[in-house]
Amino acid sequence: MVPDKEEWIKALSDRHGAKLQKKISSTVVAVCGLGGLGSNIAIALARSGFGKLILIDCDRVDITNIHRQQYKINQIGMSKTEALLESLKEINPYIEVKIHNAYLNESNAGDILSDANIICEAFDNAECKAMLTNFVLEKMPDKYIVAASGMAGLDSSNLIKTRKVSKRFYLCGDEVSDVGDGLGLVSTRVMLCAAHQAHTVLRITAEEYEV
Amino acid sequence: MVKINGKELDAVGKSVKEYLYSAGYDLMRVAVELNGDIVPKARYADTFLEDGDSVEVVSFVGGG
Repeated sequence: MVPDKEEWIKALSDRHGAKLQKKISSTVVAVCGLGGLGSNIAIALARSGFGKLILIDCDRVDITNIHRQQYKINQIGMSKTEALLESLKEINPYIEVKIHNAYLNESNAGDILSDANIICEAFDNAECKAMLTNFVLEKMPDKYIVAASGMAGLDSSNLIKTRKVSKRFYLCGDEVSDVGDGLGLVSTRVMLCAAHQAHTVLRITAEEYEV
Repeated sequence: MVKINGKELDAVGKSVKEYLYSAGYDLMRVAVELNGDIVPKARYADTFLEDGDSVEVVSFVGGG
C-alpha cells in the first residue's frame, strides 16, 4: 500500500530531522541531461526526499543507454524525461517534477532554470558542460552549479572527487578521463560521479559548503 | 607572478585569451575564474592578468 504524503514526510523527517527535511523538501534542483549522470542523480535525490526537481533532456531512451542509465528495457523509445518521471513517481509519489523535452542552450536556459536553487550539469558533451557552467556563473548569481568532468573508463574509483572551484561552483570527477579515450563510460564509475554530485546537492542544502 | 591552477607562472600582462591559447586550451570547453569570480567569455580578450592574481581554469572533458 502506498503511504500517504504525511507518512512519507514523517519517515524522512525521522531520518534527517524535521529542520533539514524541510529544506530538502523545498529546495528546487535542476538536472540538466538525463544520461548516466542525470538519471542517477535524479533517483538519488528523489530517494533522499527532494521534493522539487526540474528535468531537462531532448533524447529518447535507446538500447545503448541501458548499461549505465537508470532506464528499463520496456522504456526504450520513450522520452528520457517521461521515462525518468515514471520511475521517480514509483520511488516518491509526492515529488513535484517539471520536465522539459528540450535542448538546453543560452537562449532557453534562463527561463527553464529560473526557479532552480541548485543546478546539476549532467551533459555528455564537453562544450555543453562549459556552456552551462559559464551561463550559470555569469547570469545566475544566486544559484549553485554542480558540474561533472572526467568519469569515463576503468580507472580507480578513488580518483573521482568533488572540488569546490569557487563559492557557487563545485566540480565532480577525475577531470581527465574523456569519453573519447578507450573504453568509454562504464556504469559503476558514472554512478560514482553522479553520487558525488547528488551528495554535493544534499550538502549545499544542509548548508555544509566545504568539501 | 600569476597563480594559475596552483602554479606560479610568469603571465603578467597577458590577456586571459592569450594565456588560454598559449597553454593550448580549447576555448569552447573552459570556464575561467579570476580571484574567485567567473570571467565572462566575452571578456577573455580584454581581461589582463596582474601580479598576484589567482586564476583557475576548468577544462571540461566529455562523458556523462
